Amino acid sequence: MIGFVVFFAWLGFGGDLIFWLSSRDADPGRYRHVIPWFGLIVTTIAIAVARYAYRTGPQKVLWATGAREVIDPQNDAERQFVNVVDEMAIAAGLPRPRTWVVPDADPNAFATGHDPKDSHVAVTEGLLAICSRDELQAVIGHELGHVKNLDVRLMTTLAALVGAILLMRDGMGRMMRGGGRLGGGGGGGRGGKKGGAGPLIAILLAVWIISWLIAPLVTQLLALAVSRKREYLADAMSAQFTRNPLALASALEKIEHAAAPTAAIKRGAAHLCIADPLGRRLTSQEGWLADRFASHPPMGMRISRLKGMGYAQLKKEGGTPA
Amino acid sequence: MGWVLLILIVVVGLWMVGAYNGLIALKNQTFNAFKQIDVQLKRRHDLIPNLVNAVKGAMDFEKSTLEAVIQARNQAVKVNASGPEAMKQISQAENALSSALSRLMVVVERYPDLKATGNIGQLQEELTSTENKVSFARQLYNDTATQYNTKQQQFPTSLVAGLAKAQPAELWEIEDQAERAVPKVDLTSR
Repeated sequence: MIGFVVFFAWLGFGGDLIFWLSSRDADPGRYRHVIPWFGLIVTTIAIAVARYAYRTGPQKVLWATGAREVIDPQNDAERQFVNVVDEMAIAAGLPRPRTWVVPDADPNAFATGHDPKDSHVAVTEGLLAICSRDELQAVIGHELGHVKNLDVRLMTTLAALVGAILLMRDGMGRMMRGGGRLGGGGGGGRGGKKGGAGPLIAILLAVWIISWLIAPLVTQLLALAVSRKREYLADAMSAQFTRNPLALASALEKIEHAAAPTAAIKRGAAHLCIADPLGRRLTSQEGWLADRFASHPPMGMRISRLKGMGYAQLKKEGGTPA
Repeated sequence: MGWVLLILIVVVGLWMVGAYNGLIALKNQTFNAFKQIDVQLKRRHDLIPNLVNAVKGAMDFEKSTLEAVIQARNQAVKVNASGPEAMKQISQAENALSSALSRLMVVVERYPDLKATGNIGQLQEELTSTENKVSFARQLYNDTATQYNTKQQQFPTSLVAGLAKAQPAELWEIEDQAERAVPKVDLTSR
């Protein structure tokens, strides 16, 4: 959050610095860039966007996925879903979250909200269709794990920020293309004035432009890095609530086998979901690249950790793995 | 020299405040978790009359099972004890009710007609959910109480336990020996 604002402050004030350096030795009477307008404006916008993202994040995410709230359950599947959420809220010692269903045939689930008092759990229709009661319980347990760890606040804000940044990049792309001609025209006139500050300006300019280009990437990487660590933790919390890690393992297996992309869930909200909704191949691998760019840890790793927990439990109770 | 002593006293004092407050927070969490069990038990008591009414018509031949459920429910509602014996009495009555209910569920399973007619499926879901809620509430209570007990007995927090009036909280256990036994499955008949 703070990093986001600071990053934008750099983008704005850095631009001012470059402009100031290049106009410093301009002729008296010509325009000198003294007041850092860019910085002030961009930083203000960044703060406003961050605030807005924080406050409206949950509604935005739910709206973007087309979820509808289940208040009065209409069929058996919805009734079971609402009951299971009740049960898991009790097990987690949390207030009951609001329940939403996303009309999508691909199995997936996510949680959003600001804090445990104001939280939302959403599942797709596909998930309700393929999961048994125990598996659904485990998935909801995972989502409530996110709520209890306060992951939802961070992740929802990040989702809203990623969305805002993607929008801004598209806008910037258009402006850059338009501005390219403008810069080319101005460059010719300035050419003769190049003084001692030239190399410094060039370096600053390069760094600044690169910063602009990688802004969306940085925000997304931030979201991803947060998300992956939290997935393992939420898996473990689910096992703690249900005392049945094998149910989550089998639910994850089912979700993985139905690995068609979840069409209703867009890129910005990907890291909120229990399984990567984009069906990216990266998620199935372990390694440097996947470590940095996948929004979820490899499914195989998650399942094997859960099974490890399950068999340890069975061993302690003196049973044999079924 | 005086400085060192002063800093030591301040550090110890701050730690004591932290430990004391931690214990009080856990104590209240434990208390709250216990009340949550009550809430869920009350819900279950309210649900049972509806359940019995729904299956009564179709289950004339299983009168005894139904009566056992009603009786266990009335017993459980009547328990209104307080004090150290309360938990034992409540859990005894509730466990009796749990086993009566599970017997009823087994009976319902035995009659496919009954399952097929109307809202028994719904009732079954309701009942499963209620039982789950009760057991998850207990699980939360036991988890919280264990955390509380561990905290107050562990050194050095144990030094402040007396100050915070921390008493070990009793865990919720299965009292009924019959329920603890492994169920016998007989596949030879039929």
